[in-house]
Amino acid sequence: MAGGVAVRLGAHAGAATRFESNIATRDRSWVKYTLLAVGLTYFLLFLILPLIAVFVEAFRKGWETYLASLTEPDALSAIKLTLIAAGISVPLNLSFGLAAAWAITKFDFPGKNLLITFIDLPFSVSPVVAGLIYVLLFGAHGWFGSWLQANDIRIIFAVPGIVLATVFVTFPFVARELIPLMQAQGRDEEEAAVSLGARGWQMFRRVTLPNIKWALLYGVILCNARAMGEFGAVSVVSGHIRGETNTMPLHVEILYNEYQFAAAFAVASLLALLALVTLIVKTYIEWRASLTTSEESSS
Amino acid sequence: MAHASTRRVLPGFGLSLGYTLIYLSLIVLIPLSSVFFLSAGMGWDRFIDAATAPRVVASYQLSFGASLLAAAINVVFGLILAWVLVRYTFPGKKIVDALVDLPFALPTAVAGISLTAIYAKNGWVGQFFEPFGIQIAFTPIGILIALVFIGLPFIVRTVQPIIEDLDVEFEEAAASLGATRLQTFRRVVFPTLLPALLTGFALAFARAVGEYGSVIFIAGNIPFVSEITPLMIITKLEQYDYEGAAAVAAVMLLVSFALLLIINGLQAWTTRRAGREG
Repeated sequence: MAGGVAVRLGAHAGAATRFESNIATRDRSWVKYTLLAVGLTYFLLFLILPLIAVFVEAFRKGWETYLASLTEPDALSAIKLTLIAAGISVPLNLSFGLAAAWAITKFDFPGKNLLITFIDLPFSVSPVVAGLIYVLLFGAHGWFGSWLQANDIRIIFAVPGIVLATVFVTFPFVARELIPLMQAQGRDEEEAAVSLGARGWQMFRRVTLPNIKWALLYGVILCNARAMGEFGAVSVVSGHIRGETNTMPLHVEILYNEYQFAAAFAVASLLALLALVTLIVKTYIEWRASLTTSEESSS
Repeated sequence: MAHASTRRVLPGFGLSLGYTLIYLSLIVLIPLSSVFFLSAGMGWDRFIDAATAPRVVASYQLSFGASLLAAAINVVFGLILAWVLVRYTFPGKKIVDALVDLPFALPTAVAGISLTAIYAKNGWVGQFFEPFGIQIAFTPIGILIALVFIGLPFIVRTVQPIIEDLDVEFEEAAASLGATRLQTFRRVVFPTLLPALLTGFALAFARAVGEYGSVIFIAGNIPFVSEITPLMIITKLEQYDYEGAAAVAAVMLLVSFALLLIINGLQAWTTRRAGREG
């Protein structure tokens, strides 16, 4: 839920000119320009200004400080850990999303709606609670704490905890993109493929995958952005050990709290770039998906 | 194959459902249940003590109050922004449309330090308030700013598709019957948008209540003044007070579940209304 509003791949706004040329839906020009001014000012103040500020603050002390902040060992190890966490959690949630969407949309069974609600659950849980639950399970005083200690396994304040927390907060991303789309597509094509003798894997690769590729990519992109940027949940389980359990967002926090603002914003600017790339790819996917739907509806 | 739909023609039911249930239980359900088991094990009195300690209650008031206010502000301005994006042509519209999702994509810690820099008393915006003695960063106003940032796309993205799908004929009929634009908006357009606005409000509120990263830098985190509820959980954890943390988390989870039910209901209402009038 809280990770995003259901996306409408393929649905695309028609040109606003159809409203502006229709006398019944045309707003007076003073209304139009007032609303435009208010809306865009709000947009600038709350969305654009923070984005620009990241880059301005990052370069405040020049290129050399910027590059130095990104290439010092602790920053590099934070980047590496962020890539590891995303590299594990995205494929895990991708395969889960495919399996869940397949079971939910291609078969009928009782309790389906409850299952869908459970899958969305991580979006409505505060990131801090997401971290907490793993501490309650695996922390030194947690349920499995003494057993883990006896066997010398570290989960909390170590990499496995960070991966677990990341998997939790990015859990629904792929599934929630696939389920509505595959529900709308129905089962006919797959059933036809099977009746024509296609094996399971063949049917999936030739029939299902081409139908869902844009939604799949969309889910993966959003999942990855959240995995690399997660702060609250990871912060609870990390222990903030420099060079060991710091992801990029946590490294930003440490630098910031040490008043190394330029360095903090330099690392933050990498994450802001990631966000911008995510938005660009997302817009491209929406555009491609809208092309596919309009081709299908015109043929 | 006449009864294809009653028989399972497609392969992989057991495998995909089994995998889904096991993965869901291991990652989400069992870990989440730990909060309730631990809370239940405390006994009622100690649970109430931990969940309603004065400092914790102050954090509820702040978290819920600021989240409600931020969501309300976003309903007004988010509606304007969504309206502008659907109904008007202006240069750069595609870019504005794409960047509305920035709070979904920008890591919360980045938003947090950036907003703090802007609204600090020597910041780009904060400096204009400083002469009037108004501090934004490190006060509850700063928390409000962060929650407004985080909640904006929820309203815009819930209302925008409904405005797109509005049937122009209703507005044409209203106009032909002599209604002014304002009357048409109040009596025809607004009632159609209301379920979506409420859904967006609830989504933004739910997100804001649990938000941590973007708030924590700008909040100042002064006990009884600017401590949000998620911070109380962290504070208790740092003191190894697992039970206290679990008690506060249980309260937050119950609120989230209640909101989830409300939102599901609102979304069903939105779909019904869109279906009936579309």
